[in-house]
Amino acid sequence: MTADGTAAKRRSTGKAKPDSPGLELLARMLEIRGVEDEVQRMFTQGLVRGTTHLCQGQEAVAVGVCAALREGDTMTCTYRGHGAVLAMGAQADAVFGEIMGKAKGLCGGKGGSMHLTDVAVGAYGAFAIVGAHLPITVGLAFASRYLGEDAVSVCFFGDGTTNIGAFHEALNLASLWKTPVIFVCENNLYGEYSPLRATTPIDRLADRAASYAMPGVVVDGNDVFAVIATAEQAVARARAGDGPTLIEALTYRQVGHSRSDPAKYRPAGELEEWLERDPILLLERKLIEDGVDETQIAELRGTVQQQVIDALERAKSWPEPELESRFEHVFA
Amino acid sequence: MSVTELTYRQAVARAIADEMEADDKVLLFGEDVGAAGGVFKATEGLYERFGSNRVLDTPISEQAIVGCAIGASLRGLKPVIEIMFADFAGVCFDQLGNELAKYRYMTGGQVTVPVTVRLANGAGGGFGAQHSQSVENWFLNIPGLTILTPGTPGDAYALLRAAIRDPNPVLYLEHKNLYNLSGPVSDDDLDVIGRAAIVREGSDITLVASQLMRHRALDAAELLAAENISAEVIDPRTMVPFDLETVQTSLAKTNHLICVQECSPGGSWGATLLSSLVSESLELFDAPPLLVGGDDTPIPYAGVLEAAWLPSPERIIDGVRRTLAY
Repeated sequence: MTADGTAAKRRSTGKAKPDSPGLELLARMLEIRGVEDEVQRMFTQGLVRGTTHLCQGQEAVAVGVCAALREGDTMTCTYRGHGAVLAMGAQADAVFGEIMGKAKGLCGGKGGSMHLTDVAVGAYGAFAIVGAHLPITVGLAFASRYLGEDAVSVCFFGDGTTNIGAFHEALNLASLWKTPVIFVCENNLYGEYSPLRATTPIDRLADRAASYAMPGVVVDGNDVFAVIATAEQAVARARAGDGPTLIEALTYRQVGHSRSDPAKYRPAGELEEWLERDPILLLERKLIEDGVDETQIAELRGTVQQQVIDALERAKSWPEPELESRFEHVFA
Repeated sequence: MSVTELTYRQAVARAIADEMEADDKVLLFGEDVGAAGGVFKATEGLYERFGSNRVLDTPISEQAIVGCAIGASLRGLKPVIEIMFADFAGVCFDQLGNELAKYRYMTGGQVTVPVTVRLANGAGGGFGAQHSQSVENWFLNIPGLTILTPGTPGDAYALLRAAIRDPNPVLYLEHKNLYNLSGPVSDDDLDVIGRAAIVREGSDITLVASQLMRHRALDAAELLAAENISAEVIDPRTMVPFDLETVQTSLAKTNHLICVQECSPGGSWGATLLSSLVSESLELFDAPPLLVGGDDTPIPYAGVLEAAWLPSPERIIDGVRRTLAY
């Protein structure tokens, strides 16, 4: 339960809401891209400790799936989770603040880049141990059923997770108990530094759903509208009490695994090929095809970029945590 | 309820039943805990009484069991889960040590995680090296976990009810060789977490021991009484948070102390206790404190070998003589 004992309610995000749904999706994706680009810069300025894992190129998965959710639904994600937490409605300044270890960061500076959590918007945690959050998401979803609610739980994870034990235990139990979970595998072709084919004997990760008697669906993870359509089906199935779905969203990590990885292992031309299919570019093209004015898109880009910069400046101005705060929250 | 005579195993089932009766957010799941009543029969009758929505059998999937309990607790449920043999904590160590223990802290207090994890602990039954360990020692160095080690039916009942009511993650260790022990059980005092019990008063030496060793320390104390040696026996009952004060008060009186534990010395609760006492209360000792424990080997299978591995009343008495003769 939340700190004050109340059920999580999607708070008003206070974020820019352009008039068309397509532009709103674009705004959310631009915000994630803008935040990730800034985090990358913050590293060079020494504003970020430890490591960070960025998701440029994968924005359509987080934004598309979260667009299929409603208030009361819950979400968990991985250490590459800045995008998913923002997509749920977390404020960019509190995200930046947490990444910089500030007192007003999402977790008071106790979590950092790999543990962004905002229970108030249904973002129940980002996890730094591969696979650990899959069973936890089954529990979040189990609780919905137990409490007689129809809320669903989404769990984002990478392709590498499908080889760890917790993945199999979680899918098995979720299907056995028909818990309302949407397992979203972001197949970005690399598990840390290793290409998928070096670690995994199958090509289609969605095939693994068959072992657990649940639907396994493959979707173009760079096409936000395709992601929404696929997620809506899985959400409807979960809400109706028919159990979980495994979605494999095909996408691409445009940057290295973490800040210390220049991703030199990528074959020549691969990045360029995927940049042609950048999810933001694809969405902008689609919007223009549908009659949205190019200047409107350019304006939106400027507005969102300015909001991201303002959020970063606010977070920079926030104080460091009080030293005594490190003793808080070990026990309730 | 007035004072009732129950076995340790019945006390466990009764505590769960009473909390399930009092709060419909309390539920139980684990391997064979439902229809089968638990492999140690410590959950017998709960499935029939509360039904399959609140008492659920799971696959053999310890990571899924612990993770599912964590997730459910985030939404306000109070899951009681069983990891059967405590040694199986090894297969869900990440869920216990990295997720359960740290969730509240890493989120800056956004969540509470009221999960009670029951594990069957301890040696003496011929189960061999992978079904006999006392795993409280594995978790001592992970802040965020409350660790309970009941040694009597009364403590088993009170500590389990307190664990389920506690807003924090609790590891509750049942000693599998105490399940048949009978004793008085009452709900008069459920505020027991963090409070040691003085189970026998004495003036010459303090014996600190939990679970099966508490009973062996008491046996040793009775035998020593025939020699006019007066041993005080303290059962910590709770490993985290540890009631150091009760031990220090006893030590101030006896000036001699032995810790009897069912595990190897390295990184153990007894080693931690001795370290704290030496740091904080060195002046109270008339002789060096002694750790009487299992050997520095895995727990062997053969009856004679396992018996030799476990501290016996005779080994405890030998330690007492050496300490007093110092």
